[in-house]
Amino acid sequence: MEAAPLIELRNVVKTLGPTRVLDGVDLKIYRGEITAVIGKSGSGKSVLLKHIIGLFEPDEGDILIEGRSRAERSAAEKRELKRKFSYVFQDTALFDFLTVFENIALPLSERRDRSPEEIGRRVREKLHQLDLGDVGEKYPSQLSGGMKKRVALARALVTDPEIVLFDEPTTGLDPIRKNAVHSMILEYQQRYGFTGVVVSHEIPDIFFIAQRVAMIDEGKIRFEGTPEEIQRAADPEVRAFIEGLESPRDDLTGIDSHPIGQKRLLQEMIRLQRHEIPFSIVLLAMESRAGTERIGGHEAGQQVFKLFANHVTQNTYITDTCFRFDINKIMVVLPDTNREQAERFCRKISRTLEGHPLLDALEENAGFRYAVRAGIAQARPGLDLGDLVAEAQQGLAVFYESRP
Amino acid sequence: MAQIVIFKKPLTGLGREAILAVGYLGRLFLFFLRGFLLAFQPPFQFDKVRQQIYFIGMKSVFVICLTAGFTGMVLGLQGYYALVKYGSTSALGSAVALSLVREMGPVLTAIMVIARAGSAMAAEIGIMRISEQIDALETMDIDPMRYLISPRVAAALICFPLLTALFDVVGLYGGYLSGSVLLGVNPAFYFARAQSSVEMADIVGGFLKSLVFAAIVVAICCYQGYYTHTRAEFGAKGVSQSTTSAVVISCVLILVADYVLTTFLM
Repeated sequence: MEAAPLIELRNVVKTLGPTRVLDGVDLKIYRGEITAVIGKSGSGKSVLLKHIIGLFEPDEGDILIEGRSRAERSAAEKRELKRKFSYVFQDTALFDFLTVFENIALPLSERRDRSPEEIGRRVREKLHQLDLGDVGEKYPSQLSGGMKKRVALARALVTDPEIVLFDEPTTGLDPIRKNAVHSMILEYQQRYGFTGVVVSHEIPDIFFIAQRVAMIDEGKIRFEGTPEEIQRAADPEVRAFIEGLESPRDDLTGIDSHPIGQKRLLQEMIRLQRHEIPFSIVLLAMESRAGTERIGGHEAGQQVFKLFANHVTQNTYITDTCFRFDINKIMVVLPDTNREQAERFCRKISRTLEGHPLLDALEENAGFRYAVRAGIAQARPGLDLGDLVAEAQQGLAVFYESRP
Repeated sequence: MAQIVIFKKPLTGLGREAILAVGYLGRLFLFFLRGFLLAFQPPFQFDKVRQQIYFIGMKSVFVICLTAGFTGMVLGLQGYYALVKYGSTSALGSAVALSLVREMGPVLTAIMVIARAGSAMAAEIGIMRISEQIDALETMDIDPMRYLISPRVAAALICFPLLTALFDVVGLYGGYLSGSVLLGVNPAFYFARAQSSVEMADIVGGFLKSLVFAAIVVAICCYQGYYTHTRAEFGAKGVSQSTTSAVVISCVLILVADYVLTTFLM
């Protein structure tokens, strides 16, 4: 039986001025998952998010949270419910008359159920995690755009919310910062298990952190499913939208993007079936070991990941394909290669990584520790693509670790 | 038939406008009432009220003194030349004091505070609205009426009578400056007549006016800012319109309310 959704939108209709922004939206959001809401600009994504938190009331339809609609709750229950939510606004919505410290403290201090010492401790912890340690006394207008985004994230996470709604948390950030924010959201979600709804334009990067994707178009949900499903969707409208935003190269690492890699895998599968030419895949996962409690750690991580991807491509042949598989994973497709040769390839990477000057420098500067795990799988006739990838994922074993 | 249409059109228009105006006043009153009642709900926001008193009251002191000084001086001047024809310049003190305490004090104080603090209030709250700061408060389970409006309502109700009192005193000395120091009315007569002619009822009436004006000013200025997003114009244009309407509507309503109150107080 399918688990009951945490949030369920049933036929939600909303008209703002002359436009019918939401025209019968049905959407289910499950507990402990990150759901990405994608769609063209002005398709009603933010309005949808505001309905979930209760800033907007639907004209028609209903929004059920934990199986009950907002309308049937008492005032006290509504307040109780509101405290489970946090909202990260697109334009940060920081209070310009309060300092950064006061901004982050506000959701706690107005609840008046904690001592000032405890609030101070928690705010300082968040300031530290988001590398805002030295700007606590400044006002939002004195900060850069990227820093304001981080303050907004800190303010949303300081209450330890159960449900976090992100309205384009990475718009306007450079690829490293953007990936660092995604990686941080993912890590937080895994650590604290909150339910996340992320409105985003970052395709395909958002697919790396979302378990479910919903595409909204002309006020309706056009597609709902997993990231893999949406990338294989047959609906021409969905295809056109996704392909229009996807570039053949990953914008962080410069290696091939996920869909290009998938196509290459399919081609190799066909070659194997038709001509019995073997191939292997190597999955390289870079994992953090220390330093990622702060966003600076994530940024350094993304930078190391970028260098690592560069390093891997330098060690491949022109016939090999190297593509970004996940937020921290690279997949290398090695044609005409058996398992043994693939293992040799891994050893070569590990050996040359040992004295890599760029990686050494980064390790020392950011206090960031990482490990690389590798999983190898050789394609065999009769083994389908999904199983091949799963085999590589299961076989992930540490093959390089940075100095402690 | 055609004649009826000619009469009908302006009448329906007038009716529509009247209904809109009454609706607006009703919403305004409920808005004020909510802000007022929330100010008495614990936990009290002393710190925020103190900040607003500083902003509305303390920072208006200089402007109030300046306008009060010159208003008093011009009253002294005009009063002198009116009274000198009848040879009763000794009554200058009562003329200046009564017009200040009953009318000039409350009305001009209110108008100066609108210009200085009311417009700023409308703009500040309007900007908070368009930059989603008010929505952000709601998502944090903080009532924006309580957090933003109540402290301003409380502060305005405290500041207006005090500023009016200051206006009256400074104005009285302004009248003394032009009447006695420059034009030679006996200062002893001036102050004695001022003291004897002003009764407690005048002072209470003046304060009552200032309280009503405080309510009108704070309600309109906060309301205009708070509902900036419901305007046809968005963004900075919406805020500028809100600020303009806040100033114009509150000035007009102050003068209307002054007339109504005076009728009842006389």
